[in-house]
Parts: sequence; C-alpha cells; structure tokens
Amino acid sequence: MEFSAPVLNYTLLSPMLIVLGGAIIGVLVEAFMSKALRPITQLSVTLGSLVLALVQVWKIRNEQSIGAAMGSVVIDGPAVFMQASILIISLISVLLIADTEHFTALAASLPGSEEERYAVQSGNQVTEVYPLTLFTVAGMMLFPVSSDLITLFVALEVLSLPLYLMAGLSRRRRLASQEAALKYFLLGAFSSAFFLFGAAFLYGYSSSITFTGIRNAVVGGGGNDVFLLIGIAFLSVGLLFKVGAVPFHAWSPDVYQGAPTPVTAFMAAATKVAAFGAMLRIYYTAFANAQWSWTPALTIIAIITMVFGSLVAIAQRDVKRMLAYSSIAHAGFLLTGVIALNKAGLEATLFYLFAYGITTVGAFAIVTLVRDSAGEVTDLNRWKGLGKRSPWVATAFAGFLLSFAGIPLTSGFIGKFSIFSAAYESGATSVVIAGVLSSAIAAFFYIRVIVLMFFTDPVEDGTSVEIPSSLTSITVIFSMVITIALGVFPAPVLTFISNLATFIR
Amino acid sequence: MLLPIIGSIAVAATPKAKEVLTKQVALATTVIVAGATIAMAMNFQRDNVDLQFVEKYSWIPTFGINFAVGIDGLALVLILMSTILAPIVVLSGWNEAHGGRWSVKTFYILILVLETMMIGVFAATDVFLFYVIFEAMLIPVYFLIGGYGSGERSAAAVKFLIYSLFGGLLMLASIIALYVMSGAQGGHTFDLQALSQLEMSSTTQNFLFLGFFIAFAIKAPLWPLHTWLPDAASSATPGTSVLLLGVLDKVGTFGMIRYCLTLFPEASKTFTPLIMVLAVISIVYGAILAIGQRDLKRLIAFTSISHFGFITMGIFAMTSQGHSGATLYMFNHGFSTAALFIVGGWMIARRGSSTIADFGGLQRVTPVMAWSFFLAGMSSLALPGLSSFVSEFLVLVGTFTRYPVHAVIATFGIVLAALYILIPVQKALHGPTTPGNEGLSDLNLREKVAIAPVIAIIIALGFYPSPLLNVINPASAHVIAQMGFTDPAPTNGDK
Repeated sequence: MEFSAPVLNYTLLSPMLIVLGGAIIGVLVEAFMSKALRPITQLSVTLGSLVLALVQVWKIRNEQSIGAAMGSVVIDGPAVFMQASILIISLISVLLIADTEHFTALAASLPGSEEERYAVQSGNQVTEVYPLTLFTVAGMMLFPVSSDLITLFVALEVLSLPLYLMAGLSRRRRLASQEAALKYFLLGAFSSAFFLFGAAFLYGYSSSITFTGIRNAVVGGGGNDVFLLIGIAFLSVGLLFKVGAVPFHAWSPDVYQGAPTPVTAFMAAATKVAAFGAMLRIYYTAFANAQWSWTPALTIIAIITMVFGSLVAIAQRDVKRMLAYSSIAHAGFLLTGVIALNKAGLEATLFYLFAYGITTVGAFAIVTLVRDSAGEVTDLNRWKGLGKRSPWVATAFAGFLLSFAGIPLTSGFIGKFSIFSAAYESGATSVVIAGVLSSAIAAFFYIRVIVLMFFTDPVEDGTSVEIPSSLTSITVIFSMVITIALGVFPAPVLTFISNLATFIR
Repeated sequence: MLLPIIGSIAVAATPKAKEVLTKQVALATTVIVAGATIAMAMNFQRDNVDLQFVEKYSWIPTFGINFAVGIDGLALVLILMSTILAPIVVLSGWNEAHGGRWSVKTFYILILVLETMMIGVFAATDVFLFYVIFEAMLIPVYFLIGGYGSGERSAAAVKFLIYSLFGGLLMLASIIALYVMSGAQGGHTFDLQALSQLEMSSTTQNFLFLGFFIAFAIKAPLWPLHTWLPDAASSATPGTSVLLLGVLDKVGTFGMIRYCLTLFPEASKTFTPLIMVLAVISIVYGAILAIGQRDLKRLIAFTSISHFGFITMGIFAMTSQGHSGATLYMFNHGFSTAALFIVGGWMIARRGSSTIADFGGLQRVTPVMAWSFFLAGMSSLALPGLSSFVSEFLVLVGTFTRYPVHAVIATFGIVLAALYILIPVQKALHGPTTPGNEGLSDLNLREKVAIAPVIAIIIALGFYPSPLLNVINPASAHVIAQMGFTDPAPTNGDK
C-alpha cells in the first residue's frame, strides 16, 4: 500500500505550532530548570510564544485556504479573527496567572497532608500551569478552524484536558477546587461521548467526516434524515456543554467558583470564543442547509439560557457564582447570533465574543484583587463599601459590569445591539424580545453590585484590596481601555470584521 | 458645534484638586455654555422649519450610524432651558456636594458630563445617537442621586435606574426593528428623516410606537409609570432634582414629539384616545396626591406629575396651539420647578427638615426667601402674569377645540393646583412663627444672584412670551402639518 506523506502548509499552521512548541519547552523547563529561575522563565516562554503566534496570525490575516492540513484545517477571515481573539485574551489572562499566590504549591500533594505543608513551608512553587495553559490555547486555536469531525474532536480534547487540571490548582480551598475539577472532568467526559456519538451518526448519514462532505450530503438530500437529526442533536449537546448553555450549564457555577480565579478568567473568556467559533463554523457551513432541523431547538435553548441565567444570577451571593450565571446569560445572547445564520450574525457574534472575552478577563482580574488574610473574598456582602476604600478598583469593576449590562458607550452595548439586530433581521423576533427582557433582568443584578460597592457603608472585617501587581494592572487597564474604546469607537474593529467575515467552504 | 467644546471644557475642569477652584471652573463653564447657546439662539432663523446648525460625522459606518446633530425650534427652546438652568444649579447649590459620599470634584464632573449629554440628547438627529445619550445619561444621574442625595438615596437611585433602563430596552427593541426595516427598504440608516419615510404595516407601527412611548412615558412620568419620581426627587439634592425634573424628564415629552409623532404618525393617532385619558388622570392624580403630601420635595414632585400630564395632553391634542403650549410649558415648567426646588432646598437646608409643618412664619423671618418661594408657587399654579399661565392656557385652548371633555376635567387640575400650592404657602410662609424658625437667615448674595434670573424669566415670559412663541410656533405647525392634521376651526362661544 502506498503511503504518502501529508502536505502541510506550515505558514498557515504556524500560530498553533508556535504555541504547541512553547508548551513543550514549558514542560522541559519544568523538568530541568532550577527552582529559582523557573517562574520567570516559564512566564517569558509563555508570553513569548503567545506574542509570536499573534504576530504570525497578523501575517496570515488575508489568507484563504482549506488546504492548510490536507483539508482538516480551514484558514479564513473568521478563523484569523478568532485565533487573534483567543491569543489576546490568553495574553492578558496569563498576566493574571503569573500571580502564583493563587496556585497550589504542589498540585500532586493531598490537601491537608504533611507533604503539602512541607511544600508550602519550603516555598516550593510548581509552575506547570504555564505549559498547561499553552496546550489549552493551542487546542482552542484549533477548535474553530477544524473542518472535519475528527480534528474537531482532537481539538476539543486538547483544549479540555488541561482545563480540567487547571481548575484543580487552587491554593486555597483546595478540596472545593479539586471537586470542581472532578465535576468538570466527569461532565466534560460525558459531553465528549455525546459529541463522538453525534459525529458517528453524521458519518453514517453523509459517509463523510468533513464539513464540506456533510454539507453536500444535506444539499443532495439523499441520506436518512433521522441520522442527520440525531447527529446534529448529539453534536450540539457536546458543543452547548462547552459554552454552558442551559440545560448543559450545571458545571459552570461550581467550576467558576472552585477554580483559581485567574483560571476562571481565562476559561470563561477564551473557552467561549473557541467553542462559539467552532459552533459558528459548523452551523454556518455544515448544517446551514439543514436549518429547519436545528433552528427551533436552538431558539428555545437560547431563550431558556438567557432567561434562566439572568434570573438565577439575581439570587447569587458570591461574586464568582454571579459572574458564572451572567456568563450563562451571555451564552444565550451569543446563541442568538448563531441562530441568525446571516453575515450580520456572524460579524456580530465575532465582535461580541471579543468584547465579552476582554471584559470578562477584566472583571475577574478585579476579583483577584479583593482579599483578606485567607485569600480572595468572593462573598458579595463583604464587597460593601468597596467604592469608599478603593475607588479606582470599584470604578473599574463598575465599568465592566455596565458593559455586561449593555449600557451605551461600552463594548457590551455595541455587541448586544449588533447581535440583536442580526437576529431580528433573520426573523427571530421571539429571541430578540426574550433577549431584551432578560437584559433588563440582568441589568438589575449588575446594578445591585454597583449599589453594594458605592452606596453601602463598608463593614470592618479585614477585607482589603490588594495593591495590584504591575501585571494585573496591565490586564485591568487594557481590558478597561478596550471595553470603552469598543463602546465609543467600534468602527475600526467592526469594519475589520466585516471585511473578513465570510466562511469559506 | 457646541457639543465638543463643552465636552472638552468639562474634561479640562476635572484635574483640579481645590474645591473652590473646581466650583468656579464649573460655574464658568456653564455660564460660557449658556452664553454660547443664547448667541446661537440669536442666529436661529425662526421661520425656517428645517434643522439648523447641522453637523454630521460618520461614527460607525458598518451600521450606518452618524454623529449627526441639528436643531429645530423645539430643540432650541429645550437646549436654551437646559443651559440656562445649569449655571443656576451650580450657583444655587454651592455647598450641596459636601454631604455626599464622594468628593466635591466628582459632583461637578458629573454635572458637567450631564450637561453635555443634555444638549446632545436634544440635538441628536440620528436615532442611534439619541438612544446612546438617552441611556448614558442615566449613569451620571444615578450617581448624583445615590452619591449626594439624602434619605433613602441608594434605593431611590436604583429604582430610577431600573425603571429607565427597562423603558430604554423596550425602545432599543423598536430601534432595532426600525434599523432592520430601513435595511430592507434601501439601505441601513439611523437618520431620523430617512426613518420617518419608512413604510410599515399598522401592527408593526403600533408595536414600535409602544416601545418608544413607554420609554418616554417612564421618563416624563405619566400615570401609572410615575412611581419612581417622588422617591428620586425627594432623595436627590435640590440641584439634581432641578436637572432631573426640569431637564431630564423633558426628554420624555420631547421624545414624544420628536420620535413618536414623527416616526409613527398613524400609530400615534391610534393611541391618542388612550394617551389623552392617561394624561388627564396624571393631571388630576398628581394634583390630588400633591395636596396630601407632608414633605416639601415630594409635593413638588407630585405637582410635576400633574404638569407633565398637561404637557402630554397638549402634545397629543394634535392642534398647533396645543403643541406650542406644550413646548412652552416644557420651558416654563423647567423654570418654575427649578425655582420651587431651589428655594425649597434652601428652606430645607436652613431648617434641617423637609416636613411642611415644620415651617411657619417664614414671611417675617426671611422675607426674600419667602417671596421667592411664593412667586415660584404662583407660577406653578399658573397665575396670570406669570409664565406658566400662558402655556397652560394654550394647552387648554388647544385641547378644548378637539377634546372638550378632557380639557374641562383638566381644568379641575388648575383648581386643585391652587390648593396644593396655597396650602404649603400658607403653612410655611404665613401664620405664627414656628418655634425654632426665629434664627433662620435670609438669602445671601450668592443665593439672590442665583434665583434672580429664574424669577426674572418667570415674570418676563408671563407678560411677553412672544420671543419664544415665535420660535416654537413654526416648529409646532410643521409637526402638526406633517401628521396630516389641520386645526379645527375655533368655535364661537355658545353653540
């Protein structure tokens, strides 16, 4: 049997290869470098490879190719934009991760054991979180550019496995953190199984694993529609799990709360971009002509997700859980962009993802700053009067919340406006109405936090705001600037997106 | 033309650390802005019904959004009112910011930002721009109430914000629908003029109209959407209340004319009967509740609900007198309410209580303050010779020609007005001096300077309203003509 070597276009793949290379170097550094030099080396390797990858993405921004890796990877406008978004979000998240205060000294030790105490006392600090991050980033970058089901699944696993580990690395409340990791892993494994099951059915339907093949089969209409329906349904379950849409959201509040906050920031922002990126590609290319089969279901899911996320968020007393439910609501808003299934919808979703990602990292960055002697304070009642004690931190957080709420002059408003108008244009009026109403509900709990921070008197219980390290400040300031800039002058980014945003098939 | 200047000056005012200097810069800014607006008003061509001083820059080309501003007679009057009120608010509330949660500087930054937005919201001719400012305005007001008010200030601020946001989101849904329809009919745009040409089915028009109207009815509190106002007004500082009732709520009535009527003429006609009833209820309800208030600030708030009922009635009577009256009413209400709140605020600050019963005999102790309050009150009840009389009369005449029953019921509002103003005037100003009031000081020079222009305007426009009416009338006639209405012929007394 003739076996020919695969033809790869290394230029187009280079951003992902760079990140993977950085990850492998990171593993080696972890193994062989001396303890003292490790953190700084790891940080520079990570930042270096992310920046380098970003430069490469910029270089290939005008490429259009389906042949980057033997038809398994598509590089086109949306792909480039999503990869760039993921890289930028990762960059600012890594700046948060660099604060090792949040991570366990020795992840392998049992919580509360002698071994752990020793590791803490000796000042050891393992830094495996950096290579893990890079592996995840590589998976995330591959996820939205995959153009067949196998590559998509590989990317899904590459991005998920390190995330499961990272969720369990918290220094404080290690048991909760490990519980979160386990929960995430188990449910994630389930959803992967669903995903594979769906992929198998789609193969049975179209006798092809490429999106193009599936699309052709749908257009041709020869196959058994039952297989198609089952395939789409199960594949969607896998994807909806990753974005945290109701009813597949159960993991997210616990994981958001248990994971170390920098990881939560990274996970909340970057995973959403990657998962929605993949979702957009599949629904806009492979399933576009089978619209009748998935739009109704997705519409209902979007509406439930928005309303449920907003309603339950009202009852939260913990800032991380509140942000988790708010992210569920936002997943619902983003789904409206998928449902729209037009160019405006694609553009709007891309913009929304980028804007939301940046704002999310910024908001969690603030959460890392509010602490007492036992670590972060996430109980909202203890955030009372933050505006008095540290006006700037509180103002920044208020800014991020207002952006989440979609108040004009923030990026959140432009995102919401564009996504709703795209959905309305496609005729999905019910989603738009539900979206507007749940925005009103959501505004309530965002504003409640602002009230807590500014209009309530502080309680004296040792909650204090950490002087932000220079890296964290960079993250906060960068996020704030982007959030405002995209709200006031979104034109350059919107134009950029609209020039890019067509999926090639 | 005007906006960027103010914005930059406002920013320039911010990095000052000294409190007095901050105040002086803020005052100077507002005075300059007022001067510039008056100068602009002089250059305004009265008989030209088109937009003037038009400026247009591309803002978000992807969505066809422009930074477009322009002024017609209606907008001019309201901008004039806003910019004249701003320095008065700054001057009259010189020490208002001290009791707040944050620094004095923040207070004035918020006020100046708010002033910039007030001008913008009236001048915007791009619906998207209007919406952005309409919503963004809430934030500074929210912090002004919550940060510098008194009593249940944070609850009041939240109530205000939630109500307004809810209305705003309904409006957003309508705007999105308009935008999408404009895309289907020849290119996405937010230009007000282009949007008013859209063709749509009457059902669509009705829904979109409601989206806008509810937002505006919350803003210019119309019964039954008014409940946020008394709380907000009684918690805010007097200066903030002036801006809130005097200017911000006018955005609601302004929006009804500018957006509801222009964009959805058919739907406006459909809903007119309902709205007229709501307006009449507002007039009577606001007046009756005002009579029952023991708190001075809440009383003024309820009188305003009654007055906004008059304005809404004038707008939807669909006659040119009604319209002109309503527009003039907006202007006059701005000043008479300002006077009430400012003087009332001084009384409350001196006495340390806002309960009407705590005052008494102020006429003897502090004659100037008492007279100012008296005049403001008289203007509020539309005493002939004071400015509100002209506008209230015009509204009633305009309404009567088309809706005689409504007009008659509304007239009872005037009778009630006499009650709700005269009772507090009698209790607070006349009668024996209540123990504890003997030592109150009268107005100082700063306060006299602040209140003098308001009183002057109230009296001057009462006798000679034509300069303003000359500006308003062509604009009103234009709107009515656009709506396809002609004024009914005046009926001669007896039938």
